[in-house]
Amino acid sequence: MNEMLKPVTAPRSVRSVGEYVPMVDGPEKVTGRAKYTADLLEAPALDAAIFRSPYAHAEIIDIDLSEARKVPGVRAIVTGDDCDMTYGVLPIAYTEYPMARGRTRYKGEPIAAVAADTIHAAKEAAAKIKLTVKELPAYFTAKAAKAPGAVQLLEQRPGNIERDVFFDLGEVDKAFAESAAVIEHTFHAAEVCQAQTEMHAALADYDALRDRLTVWCSTQVPFYVHLMLSRCLKMDKSKIRVVKPFIGGGFGCRTETLQPELICGLLALKAKQRVRLLVNREETFITHRGRPESDIRMKMGMTKDGRITGVEMEQDQRGGAYSSYGIVTILYAGSMMFGIYDLQHARYIGRRVLTNTPPCGAFRGHGTVNTRFAFESMLDMLAEKLGLDPLEVRRKNFLKAPTFTINDLMVNSYGLPECVDWVEKASGWKGKRKNLPPRADGRKRGIGFACSHYISGASKPVNWTGEPHATVNLKLDFDGSITLLTGAAEIGQGSSTILVQVAAEVLGLSMDRFRIIASDSALTPKDNGSYSSRVTFMVGNAAIQAAQNLKAVLVAAAAKRLEAKPEDIEVLGEVYRASSQDKGLTFQEVVIEALKDGGTITVKGNFNTIPESWGGKKYRGAAIGGTMGFSYAAQAVQVAVDEETGEVEVEDVWVAHDCGKALNRLTVEGQIQGSVWMGMGQAMSEETEYYRGLPVMPNFLDYRVPTIADSPPIHTHIVESNDPYGPFGAKEAGEGSLASFIPAVANAIHDATGLRFDDTPFTPDKIFAALDKRARNAKKA
Amino acid sequence: MATRIVSFTLNGKRHEGVVPDNMLLLDYLRERLLMTGTKTGCDGGECGLCTVLVDGTPLLSCLTLAVSVEGKTVETIESLEKEGRLSAIQEGFHVKLGSQCGYCTPGYIMAAEGLLRRNADPTVDEIKTALGSNICRCTGYVKIIEAVQYASDKMRKTKAAA
Repeated sequence: MNEMLKPVTAPRSVRSVGEYVPMVDGPEKVTGRAKYTADLLEAPALDAAIFRSPYAHAEIIDIDLSEARKVPGVRAIVTGDDCDMTYGVLPIAYTEYPMARGRTRYKGEPIAAVAADTIHAAKEAAAKIKLTVKELPAYFTAKAAKAPGAVQLLEQRPGNIERDVFFDLGEVDKAFAESAAVIEHTFHAAEVCQAQTEMHAALADYDALRDRLTVWCSTQVPFYVHLMLSRCLKMDKSKIRVVKPFIGGGFGCRTETLQPELICGLLALKAKQRVRLLVNREETFITHRGRPESDIRMKMGMTKDGRITGVEMEQDQRGGAYSSYGIVTILYAGSMMFGIYDLQHARYIGRRVLTNTPPCGAFRGHGTVNTRFAFESMLDMLAEKLGLDPLEVRRKNFLKAPTFTINDLMVNSYGLPECVDWVEKASGWKGKRKNLPPRADGRKRGIGFACSHYISGASKPVNWTGEPHATVNLKLDFDGSITLLTGAAEIGQGSSTILVQVAAEVLGLSMDRFRIIASDSALTPKDNGSYSSRVTFMVGNAAIQAAQNLKAVLVAAAAKRLEAKPEDIEVLGEVYRASSQDKGLTFQEVVIEALKDGGTITVKGNFNTIPESWGGKKYRGAAIGGTMGFSYAAQAVQVAVDEETGEVEVEDVWVAHDCGKALNRLTVEGQIQGSVWMGMGQAMSEETEYYRGLPVMPNFLDYRVPTIADSPPIHTHIVESNDPYGPFGAKEAGEGSLASFIPAVANAIHDATGLRFDDTPFTPDKIFAALDKRARNAKKA
Repeated sequence: MATRIVSFTLNGKRHEGVVPDNMLLLDYLRERLLMTGTKTGCDGGECGLCTVLVDGTPLLSCLTLAVSVEGKTVETIESLEKEGRLSAIQEGFHVKLGSQCGYCTPGYIMAAEGLLRRNADPTVDEIKTALGSNICRCTGYVKIIEAVQYASDKMRKTKAAA
């Protein structure tokens, strides 16, 4: 519309927080204009291919490159000899080389890589690499790897234990003794992986004239990639630039530096050219860094009115061949027993075990998911035993915020009661439980319920440098446009949209005034990256502070021009005025005034966590779990079970999530639904499988991701508990709803069939076998 | 490898190119024409991300040889935005958040385009059937269904108004 024809309205601030706001980068995505790493084809580059280990565990005797080198078009070949530096997540767990050195520890581990003029030449040369080894005993289960006498995978990890965790808080045995009921049960959760739609990709451009390297890659953590490139390539950090283009999903697999970007960098350095490394789907599965296979033994006691007395958990995780996030995962698995219910007595024995399988890492809901599966299943089992309603049991154990848990986790806002209330009502829980009639097609129906929670960023960073957790810059220039500069990695969760929203909200301006530039180390402030649901909380707060600082500059400029005091300036969106009689200054006039003295304005906002949120010191690793705010979720799942085939259909899901404050209702809903659905994948069909260490499911036909046809409606409700420290009260929204799906559906299948399933995924063969066994036993009796 | 000249209509324009016999349509679009809107997410025929329309029918460009589209009409995601306006389906995916990371989005939009051309008012089951071979890891599909419904409503209203 022509500006002149717009109806005259009173000047006012524009709202963006709390609305349904489509993503700022949505137009790029729906038009195909969005460039992902593999789309960066403007400049010619060598293509690269990786030669991977066919052995699960072997000593490397020789890597013969002579035939590979003869392939026409080959420009560079790298092996473990080209990089003697380890990498990893935690400085105490840098155990992995970009390519194996001395020993290979899983099938598919990179041994060498080739850069050549064409992808065909690169692949041909890679296939001609000859590997001579002496095979070693290989271990494909945690049990086998930790058995006495097993060959040690890593020199620094005796007994193949990456980390054992032990804590004993309160008086657990006394608590059990005073319980009306105590149950002990074992659970098993299969390994699952993120299976994000974009396969891993890296593009590295080495400028030999200046000795500078630029790397574009599919990562959630460009800053960590920067650190590890510097370490492994032995290049000064200032010589490296890391750019994150659009990325096709993360879900945790890209929260650490992966081999493709390191190998691509090594090849570019050696070839002194631009190199592109696109790995295929099979290789992406091998690089998965998914959720580990977990064996859990849990013992839980309860009073006759439903209060949890104490919990004991033993958990073994099959971590794969290297550390990755292993130490963090096994610690979260224990600490995340807390923070959701009032739990005063708990003991945990956790073991992260190294095995000859691809390394596991951080998968959405990191560390908490399999623990929650066991915990919430146990709550239902105890409720059943004591004749209590599962929802009432949860209610009996609510926390009272603000509080600290017995392992010193800070809880300030707690919307779980409202979540439970909404789900109870919306799902029709009271009329349905133990009461759902079979469907017309004969399928038995049931409904189940569970709760879950997640952190809004880890309060202690992985790399402790003393810097703030987050920094945002805002640049305002002569043209009146504002550029928000952030290192925060937009991975599809909508972080760029949220940051523009909160900055626009503070300034009362339309989001149209803003551009955002994210994740380019040459332009944007450093950010730790997109993981542990930290961005909205931490970077959002930094963006608020930056916008407040910019507003102060603008108000001061307006005051000067209007010859008024800054505190008398009223800001109404694009109008700055000294009194209601004053027609005021336009935004452009204020900008001109503000630039007069110092030129282009750049302001900064920071965010830091408070020491109270850092977790405690009651056991080694107790900082893991410490966060500024927990999100909460409750969900009910309704199923129909075909007793003739064992097939379980998820008919309906009702989920309520306490995200503190929905800064963007549209993206919050999208995050909740995506989480629930990803939980459904793990519960119903997803699992990796290996034959003597060889992945036998590395494609979308064998690794069964639910299709649109398998997927239920997800009724979504947002609860706003307004966290005192969250940006406008917000907490995380993208992970907390995942974990409760799995126990909720297990509880629903129990309601439908009377059978308890404790082994994910709940595939038809398992359901059928259990139903069949029960029928045979009934016959015998 | 033998090559041949292939001519077809690409996004409304005559196109002629020299194509190796074994080159996939996906690779031809992306690597030769630098039309990178069409994505790939698997090692062949598993994910639906590379869906384009060939003679109006959704087809996986990763299972289609470029030489096989001789004389046919090929439409990709790049064809839908016209004169600075998103198509109804693009708008639906944007406004209703049918797209999160966006990587699967072009394939969904082309599959939905194919659906709405043959069925202007699909039921939820018909949407699920038409999009059943595309994989999305972000949305849980709820908002993808809403995006297609939004587009279907908008297209019918536009038609009724005209």
